[in-house]
Amino acid sequence: MAAVTPTSPAPIILRTNSRRRFRDNAARGVFVSAAMTTFVITMLIIGTLAFDAWDFIRQVTSAERGQGWQLALTVIAGFALAALAVRSIAPRIGTTGALPWLRRALWPLAFVAVLVVGFSVFGGWTLLNSLGSELTQVGWFPRRGLFDMSTIIVGTFVIVGIAMIVAVPLGIGAAVYLAEYARPRVRKVVKPIVEVLAGIPSVVLAFFALAFINPNIVVRFFDPPNKAASMLAAGIAVGILTIPIIASVTEDALRAVPLALREASFGLGAQRSQTTFRVVFPAGISGIVAALILGISRAIGETMVVAIAAGASGGALFHFDPLQGGQTMTAAMAGLGFGSDQVAGADAAFQSLFFIGALLFLMTLLLNVLGDKLVARVREVY
Amino acid sequence: MALTTLGSTGGSAARSITAGLTRKGVDLRSKLVEGSLIGALGITMVILAVLVADIIQRSWSVWTDRPVDFLTSGLNNSSAAEAGVSSAIRGTVTLCLIVIVVAFPLGIACAVFLEEYAGKSRFARWTRVNVRNLAGVPSIVYGLLGLGIFVKALDALGNSADNLQGRGFFALRWLGNVFEFFAGNQGRNVFAGGLALSALVLPIVVITTSEALRAVPGAIREGALGVGATKWEMIRHHVLPAAAPGILTGTVLSLARAAGEAAPILLVGAVTGTLITGNKGFLDQLSGPFTALPAAIFSYARAQGEDFRAVTAATALVLLVLVLIMNGFAIALRNRYDRKW
Repeated sequence: MAAVTPTSPAPIILRTNSRRRFRDNAARGVFVSAAMTTFVITMLIIGTLAFDAWDFIRQVTSAERGQGWQLALTVIAGFALAALAVRSIAPRIGTTGALPWLRRALWPLAFVAVLVVGFSVFGGWTLLNSLGSELTQVGWFPRRGLFDMSTIIVGTFVIVGIAMIVAVPLGIGAAVYLAEYARPRVRKVVKPIVEVLAGIPSVVLAFFALAFINPNIVVRFFDPPNKAASMLAAGIAVGILTIPIIASVTEDALRAVPLALREASFGLGAQRSQTTFRVVFPAGISGIVAALILGISRAIGETMVVAIAAGASGGALFHFDPLQGGQTMTAAMAGLGFGSDQVAGADAAFQSLFFIGALLFLMTLLLNVLGDKLVARVREVY
Repeated sequence: MALTTLGSTGGSAARSITAGLTRKGVDLRSKLVEGSLIGALGITMVILAVLVADIIQRSWSVWTDRPVDFLTSGLNNSSAAEAGVSSAIRGTVTLCLIVIVVAFPLGIACAVFLEEYAGKSRFARWTRVNVRNLAGVPSIVYGLLGLGIFVKALDALGNSADNLQGRGFFALRWLGNVFEFFAGNQGRNVFAGGLALSALVLPIVVITTSEALRAVPGAIREGALGVGATKWEMIRHHVLPAAAPGILTGTVLSLARAAGEAAPILLVGAVTGTLITGNKGFLDQLSGPFTALPAAIFSYARAQGEDFRAVTAATALVLLVLVLIMNGFAIALRNRYDRKW
C-alpha cells in the first residue's frame, strides 16, 4: 500500500502582479498630490491676505510715522516667526532635553505673536484714520480720501445686531420645535423647506430687502429719513440669511442630548416646556452658543445684502442710526472693488481693500474656531 | 413607599414633584410655549413663501411680455426693454463647469487622501486644520484672492504670450495663443472667476466628502483587503461606490452655492454695466469680459426705474430656479440614500 501523499490544495493567493501594484501606487500618488495642491492653495490664501495686509501697514507706517515704527514692527514680526517656529518644534525638544529654557519661553513668545497681530491691526487702523484726518467729517468715503475704520466696524455691528434680533428667536424657536415637539412626519416635511431657505443666494435676498422689506416694513413702521434704503432693511435680510445656520446647528445640539435626561425629567413630573427649557436647553447650551457664534460669523461676512440694500454704495458717515444708510466692512470692500465702482489709481484705497479683507478673515476665523470647539465639545460629552 | 420617602425628606422639590405627577387639567403654559415655537417655524416658512411669491409677482410682466427676448438678450443696464440674461446664463454655466472640472476632482481626491491614506501625519493634520478654517471664511475674501492671485497670474500669462508669439517655432507660437486665450481682458475673465469660486467651494467639497467617506464602515474596507484587493481597488470598488450618494449630495450643494455667489466674481471683475456679445466668435466670447446671473442681479438692482425692478425680479427668478433645482436634487438624493450602516 503506497503511502498516499496528501496533496495539499494549491494555495489560492491573489498575488499582486506588477500592473496592479503600479495602479495602486499611481492612485496613491494622485491622492497625495491632490492633498498637497489643496494644502498649497489654502496656504496661498492665508499667505496672500497676510502679506498684502502687512505690505499695506508697512507702507503706511513708513510714510506717516517714520522708520521707528517700521523697525519696531519688523522686530516684533521676527519674534513672532521665531515663536511659531519654536512652537512647532517644541514637541521634539522634550522635557528633559538640552533646551528646557526654550520650552519655558514658548508662551511668552506666543504672547509676543499676539501682540504683533494687535499692533498690526492698530497700525493699519491709525493709518487709515490718519488719511482722512484733514477733513472734519468722520466717515468712510474712499473717493474723498476718508478712511475711518470705526465707521465701517460700527456699521458691521449694527447690521449684525439687527440680524441677530431677527434670526435668534426664529432660528432657535424653529430648531427647538423641530427637535423637541415635531412628530417625525412633520419634521420630514418641514426640515427640507428650512434647508431650501439656506440655499437661497444672498443677491436674491438683497433684492428682496430693497424691493419688499424696505418699503413694506421699514418705511411703513419706522418712517426713515431716506425712503429708498436703510441699514434696518439690510439687517433684517441678513437675519433671514442666518436663520438656517442657527436652526441647523441648534437642532443638532438638542438632538445630541441623550433621551435619558428627558425621560428622567418627565418621570419627575415636569411638563414638556419645563423639560425643554430647564433640562434639554442647559445640556445643549454649548451647541446653542456655537450656533450663535457661527450665525454672527456668517452675518459679519455677508456682502451682497449690505452692498445692495443698505443704501450707501459710495460711503457713509459715522453714525449708529439703523434707519439711515450705512456701510459694513464687507460692503466697503464691495465699494472699493466691484466693477464700475472700482476705486482705481488711489493706492491706499486698493490696499485698504486687502487690509479690511485680512481683518475680516481674522475675525471670522476666530469666531469659527471658537464655534467649532464648542460643537466638538457637545459631541464629546454625550 | 416611594412617595412616603419623598415626603419624609420634605422640602419644595418633593412638593413640586408630587404636584407635577398629580396635576389635572390643561397645561396652559406648555401650550403657550409650543404655540410660540410653532410661530417661529411658521414665520420662517412664511418669509420663504413671501420671498418666492414676491419675486414671481414682480417678474410677471417680463414673462408675459417678452419671455424669449428676455432670455436671449445680453446684459444691458441702460434700457430695461432690451435687458436680458443670455450672457449672464452663459457665464454662470461656464463658471459651474470650471468649478466641476477644477474643484471637484481636487477636493474629492484630497478627501480620499485625508481619510484613507493620511492617518495622523503632520501634513494631514495641517491640511485638515487649513481646510476647516477656510470653510467659514466670507465669500468676498475669496474674491480678494481671485483679484490678488488669479487675475494677476492670468495677466502675467498674457504678457508672456506676447513674448512667445514673436518666436519662430510653431509650438511656442501655439502655446502663446493658448496663453492669450486664458489671459483675455487683462486676466479679468471667466477663468479667474471660476478659479476664485473653485477656491471657495474646495473646503466645502473636502469636508462633505470626508464625512461621506467616514460614514462607510471599516468592515467593508477590511473585507476588501481580506480577499486580496490592493488599497486602490478597495477604494475604487468598495469605498467610493458606498460613499457616492453622500459625495454627490455635498458636491451638488456646493455647486449651487458657487452658482449663487456674487461677491467673489464681482471682485474679480464680472461686468455690471452692459455686456452685449453680438456676433463675436464662441472662443472670443469665452475669453473676453464676462458676467454671471448674480452679477446681473446686482447690476439690475441698482439701475433706476420701475421697469428694472421687473427685470431684476425675473433675473432673480432664473437664478432661484437654477439653484433650487440643484438644492432639491441634492436633498432628495440624501433623503433617498440616507442609510445607517
